[in-house]
Amino acid sequence: MTRAIALTVNGEQCGGDVEPRTLLVHFLRDQLGLTGTHVGCVVGECGACSILVDGALVKSCLMLAVQADGCAVTTIEGLSTPGALHPVQEAFVNRFGLQCGFCTPGFVMASHALLMRNPNPTEEEIRRDLSSNLCMCTGYVQIVEAVKEAAVTLEQWRTSRT
Amino acid sequence: MAVIRDPVPAFEFFEPTSVEDAQVLLRRYGADAWVLAGGLDSLDWLKDRIKRPEALVDLGNIPGLKGIREWDGGLEIGAMTTLAELVRHPAVRDRYALLLEAAEATDSTQIRNQGTLGGNVSQDTRCWYYRAGWACYRAGGDMCHADTPEAINREHAILHADRCVAVNASDTAPALIALDARMVIRTAGGAERIVAAEEYFVGPGVDITRMTILEPGDVLMAIRLPATWGGARFYFEKVRDRQAGDFALASVASATVVGNAGIERMRIAVNGVAARPLRLHAVEMLVRGRPASESTAMAAANLAVDGAQPLKFNAYKVPLMRDLVKRAIRGSTAAAWSLLT
Ligand SMILES: Cc1cc2nc3c(=O)[nH]c(=O)nc-3n(C[C@H](O)[C@H](O)[C@H](O)COP(=O)(O)OP(=O)(O)OC[C@H]3O[C@@H](n4cnc5c(N)ncnc54)[C@H](O)[C@@H]3O)c2cc1C
Ligand code: FES
Ligand code: FES
Repeated sequence: MTRAIALTVNGEQCGGDVEPRTLLVHFLRDQLGLTGTHVGCVVGECGACSILVDGALVKSCLMLAVQADGCAVTTIEGLSTPGALHPVQEAFVNRFGLQCGFCTPGFVMASHALLMRNPNPTEEEIRRDLSSNLCMCTGYVQIVEAVKEAAVTLEQWRTSRT
Repeated sequence: MAVIRDPVPAFEFFEPTSVEDAQVLLRRYGADAWVLAGGLDSLDWLKDRIKRPEALVDLGNIPGLKGIREWDGGLEIGAMTTLAELVRHPAVRDRYALLLEAAEATDSTQIRNQGTLGGNVSQDTRCWYYRAGWACYRAGGDMCHADTPEAINREHAILHADRCVAVNASDTAPALIALDARMVIRTAGGAERIVAAEEYFVGPGVDITRMTILEPGDVLMAIRLPATWGGARFYFEKVRDRQAGDFALASVASATVVGNAGIERMRIAVNGVAARPLRLHAVEMLVRGRPASESTAMAAANLAVDGAQPLKFNAYKVPLMRDLVKRAIRGSTAAAWSLLT
């Protein structure tokens, strides 16, 4: 039996009929067509499915879609604006923070969440925080560099605006 | 260990807005009902199809189960409070930093944002034979697959095993025992039952199929931290293979009050070494009135591992636990190395 859920996804009102057993990540990908959120392990270990729910970073394979009823969700598609990448995405490109790209949406979301909480993290803090996400390709060094660069860009944004 | 991950077998889903309504549902479905908190442990079982409840009763919409409140000089923490909320809370930071450290040691940002304190203390064991659905003692069978000559049992128990050699993996459990927390339970019949954290956890000798004293239909409502140990000297350490994604190989949590004449009182508990988190009563008695010195720590640590019976691959846990107890007593700056892992 399905049930109707209503939520905000990347600022837009969305809804859908879901079976209670549907994982949030599958709802986003299969029903809303937001395939930027990836499915790696499906058991909470790789972080590829990381998104924001009501501002908190979560693994969307560890949530049922019905649990997100009424929530505000941000996926990787919600970070960029038309024609412009988000500074975190930009930094991943500049610093070669990706190779195959499978882990990238999750890393970008996790990095974004870290920088919102802690705009100027040390390398140690970046490494510790991103230990929730796995990458099979890069060896992480460029990912850490990307986060550092994004922190600088975001800081410049803030100071130029005020 | 995955059997089939996707999709999860169908279930009915309920979102009651009061504990009374939740318990009506739990009664109606009996053994086929499953309490859902953050879902981190629960969804694992469903995805692997090892447990197939007919109905999930989500506690996420019951307002009274969330949040942290002042209570009788201490704190009352709703069972549905997330680990992230604990880490952020000023009163937890000021007076009960032990619990903050334990919550912070629980995996990663995502897991702390999603996992609740009630779920963390009520989680099932991680023994992979059991979790993969092998018919072991804990699952109603007649053997322990982790205790055979071929078994891979590096993560299993060194103390108090009784047929089953699985361990309790909760990071917050030893901290709550050290803080002398009280678990507030609403029984299936609607009565309030309050038990010490130490009594909340059960070993296989009491009931081999359960990790806690919760009976079917019971709901853990809140966890209370008494004023007694607020602001004590705390020590927490969790040893694991990787920063995220790994459970404690062993962990220690202690609260100590040190006066002019040495240690006035101490509560200390370890986890990851037995089927339940262990309060180390003998250690607590031994250290009373002694200086928090290397020699006290050494004597206490040896006592702590007295009677340990390692399995084929986990003998390392004996010196590991000994060292953790030692550091909890004499303090340790050396533990700063753990920041690098
Ligand atoms: C990737 C990953 C890494 C993890 N790492 C760690 C770690 O490092 N340390 C650690 O300690 N844990 C870890 N966990 C395990 C655990 O899932 C989390 O710690 C979490 O806190 C569990 O809480 P939950 O709210 O998600 O519980 P749930 O899965 O919703 O519940 C767990 C169990 O408790 C029962 N339950 C929950 N709340 C109540 C209540 N109020 N009354 C009655 N019964 C209740 C449920 O029925 C279920 O059986 C990890 C889990 C994952 C997926
Ligand atoms: S797919 Fe969710 S953590 Fe791997
Ligand atoms: S870029 Fe390939 S997994 Fe990270």
